[in-house]
Amino acid sequence: MDTHIIVELAYLVSAIMFVLGLKRMQSPATARTGNMLGATAMLIAIVTTVVDNQIISWGGIIAGFLIGGTFGAVASYAVKMTAMPQMVGLFNGFGGGASLLVAVVEYLRHAGSVGTGTYGISIMVTVLIGAVTLSGSMIAFLKLNEWMTGNPITYPLQKTLNALLFLGAIAAAVFAMGVGQFNPDTMFWILVAISLVLGVTLTIPIGGADMPVVISLLNSYSGLAGAAAGFVIMNMVLIIAGALVGASGIILTMIMCKGMNRSLTNVMFGAFGGTANIDKSQIGKRPVKRADAEAVAAELGYVHSVIIVPGYGLAVAQAQHELRKVGDLLEQRGVDVRYAVHPVAGRMPGHMNVLLAEADVPYDKLFDLDEINDDFADTDAVLIVGANDVCNPAARDPNSVIAGMPILDVDKARRTIVMKRSLSPGFAGIDNDLFYNDNNLMFFGDAKQSMSDLVKALRELA
Amino acid sequence: MGDVAQTAAQPSVAMPALMIALYVFVLATMTGREVITKVPPTLHTPLMSGSNAISGISIVGALVVAGHMEGTLQLVLGVAAVAMGTINVVGGFLVTDRMLAMFKKR
Repeated sequence: MDTHIIVELAYLVSAIMFVLGLKRMQSPATARTGNMLGATAMLIAIVTTVVDNQIISWGGIIAGFLIGGTFGAVASYAVKMTAMPQMVGLFNGFGGGASLLVAVVEYLRHAGSVGTGTYGISIMVTVLIGAVTLSGSMIAFLKLNEWMTGNPITYPLQKTLNALLFLGAIAAAVFAMGVGQFNPDTMFWILVAISLVLGVTLTIPIGGADMPVVISLLNSYSGLAGAAAGFVIMNMVLIIAGALVGASGIILTMIMCKGMNRSLTNVMFGAFGGTANIDKSQIGKRPVKRADAEAVAAELGYVHSVIIVPGYGLAVAQAQHELRKVGDLLEQRGVDVRYAVHPVAGRMPGHMNVLLAEADVPYDKLFDLDEINDDFADTDAVLIVGANDVCNPAARDPNSVIAGMPILDVDKARRTIVMKRSLSPGFAGIDNDLFYNDNNLMFFGDAKQSMSDLVKALRELA
Repeated sequence: MGDVAQTAAQPSVAMPALMIALYVFVLATMTGREVITKVPPTLHTPLMSGSNAISGISIVGALVVAGHMEGTLQLVLGVAAVAMGTINVVGGFLVTDRMLAMFKKR
């Protein structure tokens, strides 16, 4: 058999293993082996490539492996679970960057003569998507790491500017393929520059609660950039792996949008607002019932069923471990304890589940919105820790800014206890009627301190 | 492709490479859709970091271009491409494994 066929068959095996690896992500029991299958597929693809190509300059490749491998390994072991969104954001950027550079080097090999066929077009598309992914991810990283403001940055004619940049990029791409009287090389570098700027201008107007959507979308772009690079070098495993990631990112993007009841266009182009003309002066002015740790322990310790609703405030306070102790103590008392996780509870899809898994909460105790929402009506007490908008009954009011957003129906339970610092509003900027309900108790304080007080109080219960 | 088209037993017009690549892309996207929609929300973060590692597949492209370098600029860009792809692959798979190891059943 000629080597070309063997190489292609090795790539095919790699592609099949990527699909099977992702399939094993369908259950927490098989997911870890699925990830290892994916890693093995990657190794096969890399070894095949190295063997197949007459590598002249090993020095550069080994340097790249060493630099990248060290940085990647150190980062993956050092990162805190709360910081996972910015780390994934950063890695998305590197994926896009690698694809961008592949296209740039391919262009340089045939500078000025890439032509207007598949090859030329694929290079230009890879540059555009790869560069947008690279610079957009860097902005997302800076925002999530709080090295720049997490709020949307808006200015007049923002959409017009973005549209002009996009059209400029298309024009530069066409000229770089040798159409017209311009110098293709100059036009190519202009394309690179405009695409990098476009990544920035598309990402800065998005912020706050919308970051999970951005991270998912950039994840999709990093895959699409890889697939586009596959068209450049006509490599099927690149196209397949890239397409899988592209599909995955888009699906997660749609799930995040649904979790906030917003359309993708609205997230990308309509900076979240609409609260400017709402009267905020009355927020938190109505009387609430307060409870201390002992009172909360008594409310939770003598009932049959408790659902815990964790929000991002819990993660910010690093109170997951204390919360799990509360859950364990309640279970030891014979209380049925479950956790309800809203799709946008964390700062990326599934983030809260990872944070709870880190605190040793078993995954079969975690339920998503659709699975648990009907059960609140039969639940004795709900403990809401550091969550706000995701259980705001205002979502049922068609006139509210969060109208139609899927919420956890916590107010249907016999008793709700909200653990929070103050009555301040969440990302949506509106008051939460839940706090003032007759059957609600406010348990004010820092989440970590309050949960450890609650642990103490539960231990002292008879 | 060209050789195949000239063989008498083959159809007179072979499918251009672009079309084959497009078929592959579209079918892989559909496969991805089918597989990913069944991933439970609890695993969405590891799914994202794991698929992120897979998008490091562009390292294959980086190796191809870094292997036959001409000129300093190409060399620097090629090394950078390999480095970025490696970060993506190594960091992505390792961090996903670290997360998945934490998911335990009672």
